[in-house]
Amino acid sequence: MPYEIVVNGRAHTVEEDGQTPLLWILRDMLHLTGTKYGCGIAQCGACTVHVDGQAMRSCSLPLEAAVGSQIVTIEAVAGVEADAVRAAWVERDVPQCGFCQSGQIMSAVALLRLIPAPTDDDIDQAMSGNICRCATYNRIRAAIHDAARTVSA
Amino acid sequence: MILGGSLVGGALVVGYTATHPMAVAGALLSGGGVDPEPSAFGPYIRVAPDGAVTVVNRQQELGQGIHAGMAAMIAEELDADWSRVTVVTARSNFRAYGPQASVGSRSISTNWDLMRTAGAAARAMFVGAAAQRWQVPPRLLAVRDGVVSHQSSSRSATFAELLTDAARQTPPQRPTLKSVSDYRLIGTERVRRKDSAPKSTGAQIYTQDVRQPDLLIAMVAHSPRLGGKPARYDPSDARKVSGVVDVFAIETGVAVVAESTAAARRGRDALRVEWDDSAAERRSSPELVRYYHDLAAGRGDVSPSDFAMKGDAPETPFRGDVVEFAFDFPYLAHAPMETLDCVAAVRGWDVSITSGAHLPSIDQVQAALTARTIPGRVDLEVIPAGGSFGRRGVMSADYVVECVRIARRTNGRPVKMIWTREDEMMAGYFRPMSHHRLWVQMGDDGLPQRWRIHTVCQPLVPIGPNSQAIEGIDGSPYFATASTVDGKVFSPSFAVPPSFWRSVGHSHGGFVMEHVIDQLARRAGRDPAAYRRTFYERAGDKRRLALLDTLCRRAGWGEPLGGGWARGIAIHETYGTLVGQVAEVRLEHGRPRVRRVVAVADCGIAVAPDQIRAQMEGGIGFGLSAALFGAVTLRDGIVQQTNFDSYPVVRMSDMPAVETHIMPSADRPTGMGEPGVPPIAPAIANALLALTGHPTRSLPII
Repeated sequence: MPYEIVVNGRAHTVEEDGQTPLLWILRDMLHLTGTKYGCGIAQCGACTVHVDGQAMRSCSLPLEAAVGSQIVTIEAVAGVEADAVRAAWVERDVPQCGFCQSGQIMSAVALLRLIPAPTDDDIDQAMSGNICRCATYNRIRAAIHDAARTVSA
Repeated sequence: MILGGSLVGGALVVGYTATHPMAVAGALLSGGGVDPEPSAFGPYIRVAPDGAVTVVNRQQELGQGIHAGMAAMIAEELDADWSRVTVVTARSNFRAYGPQASVGSRSISTNWDLMRTAGAAARAMFVGAAAQRWQVPPRLLAVRDGVVSHQSSSRSATFAELLTDAARQTPPQRPTLKSVSDYRLIGTERVRRKDSAPKSTGAQIYTQDVRQPDLLIAMVAHSPRLGGKPARYDPSDARKVSGVVDVFAIETGVAVVAESTAAARRGRDALRVEWDDSAAERRSSPELVRYYHDLAAGRGDVSPSDFAMKGDAPETPFRGDVVEFAFDFPYLAHAPMETLDCVAAVRGWDVSITSGAHLPSIDQVQAALTARTIPGRVDLEVIPAGGSFGRRGVMSADYVVECVRIARRTNGRPVKMIWTREDEMMAGYFRPMSHHRLWVQMGDDGLPQRWRIHTVCQPLVPIGPNSQAIEGIDGSPYFATASTVDGKVFSPSFAVPPSFWRSVGHSHGGFVMEHVIDQLARRAGRDPAAYRRTFYERAGDKRRLALLDTLCRRAGWGEPLGGGWARGIAIHETYGTLVGQVAEVRLEHGRPRVRRVVAVADCGIAVAPDQIRAQMEGGIGFGLSAALFGAVTLRDGIVQQTNFDSYPVVRMSDMPAVETHIMPSADRPTGMGEPGVPPIAPAIANALLALTGHPTRSLPII
């Protein structure tokens, strides 16, 4: 049956099984490939999107559960926090292979919207669901602190 | 854009590619591939009409930042405007680029002369064009940021303005290279990544993201047991799944081809496969460990190869004070964030592939063999990979071959094959498990007189000596005081597939030597740093002595820490780069916690300092995962770890602060992709030794 979902402010009608993970709807049907598959079981965070402003793992969110929510992906995440985070990521040359960074950025933006000046402990907690095998964690942490300063300035 | 000048003329600019015997052999072997876009400045440099420079990178960007390093070497000698330099990855083409592979942390060192020469030759062509236009001697011209100028007449012209004339210049075969003291870019903080913006916006395209008309998605059901093959399968339920196009067996499993990833997954879940385990591994990890111990003790079915690293290998038994050590290391998964994937289409004799390749030349040949065509008819487009750590660089090109096998059955439609994380963890390849047994005969002075080492490790390369098994042991500076160093390497072969894993044999050999030396220091009642100094002095190794001094100073070695924290030191050379690390460790709830690592690297001339730091940070994080948690174990031949829930890796809260210091050097540059990995595990083990008095006999620690 068709499902209507709202992604990046636009409504889409999707003909797919309601149990299909939102991740594959975004990637295969809406061609929003910035959101990545990394584990499929909500362990690595590469698929992180915002669902009504909350960072969630799209690999484990069924299509039917996304109906009625505002979905935002890395391609469209906007606002002062998003701008500050992306700028800080580039300024610090955070990415190495870069594959996890969409998810890292989505988690970081959600964190800053909730806690504008996060402590290291806040960062540990908010980012614990996002794995980076290149281990860019220290630059991610520094970039989040940078972005927090930009947002508060 | 064609600027005049042929590919061959361009290739000649950089000497090596077209005239080197390896290139001739390679051209015969491979027939090249799709030719690069012609450029008067050779296959590595393209200059657009607006003067923007594109560097064509023959190496592969796997995250290690090699785009930045390669571009910097060219841009330095070209005196290009760094802000207008971009990088693309070369397609696989032996004729134009020679062998393409990113191995042994050698991308910077093997391209050091080649890239600088290519840049200098192109610079000379712009200078030559300006000299002719202004009728002045070339030696009176200067180039800076893409502008050629003649000071005394105050004339200047941009690369864009000179481009047409420059492209007609004859490239010099041996252009003059700058001296290090004249560098304006290499070694500075201006050398930054070129891909941070697309990697921070979701715009970077990886293999997983490739879109093509008519693209099919494939998944493969692999044998749960390593080495198993499909015997019988029932495709009927899978075929009923909406969107599934075809189901068929290939050598390594049963492929499900579908119109979407979700359909391919549902189809695979609906498959029923019976596996032929006649050639499969049936043992469990404890049995394999016992088997390895038996082999090392000379009670097994594998004849060793003997080696004598120093002196003759006397059969006389060790006498007096003999210390024995034994270490066990597990299989490890690479677990790059992007699981294995590949896009391929087979149309008649032609194969086209898009992949985040790690060994493009090997992949091209293996794809040709699989498709029964010649390598020159295989067009391999190389794009950035979402990590590899060696997994995308397997000699068998297993995942490329698997994708091509599927693409041969889809009537020319392109196929994107995607492995799930479970496929990646359970089907291999792996860093091989290993066992090392050492005997050290000690002198009255507390220093080793003789070493004997037995190593058991599967070979990574089917031919030649199993030298990777004793990487990190062979050539150790701690052999300086000994009269003889000998041993045996046992190389068992069975169905668990081993391969290269970031730092390869150094990932265990480095641990063995650096942890043994701390235990010997403790036995001799000596400080671990001072004990190391004894060996380096005996060997006259000024490089290690200088690094040790810097490391101790930066880490505050010997200063009290308090709070239950202890320091551990390790210094190890990997592929020409020397790295020292001091880790600050304490036990929290019985588990080691690492809060800070001070690291020093001697990698010759630092081409891209910030990427050296990035690789040190990344290498420490990668090595820390292996040291603390990393283990792939078997039960009845089946891998027990399936995903990040059962194969934990370092997360944000586990990551220590890292301070990286780079030794000043005028030596040729060496690499940084791997050397940051080996020291961290022994540094932690040495800190735990200081804290508890107990050595670490196997990894992982937790």
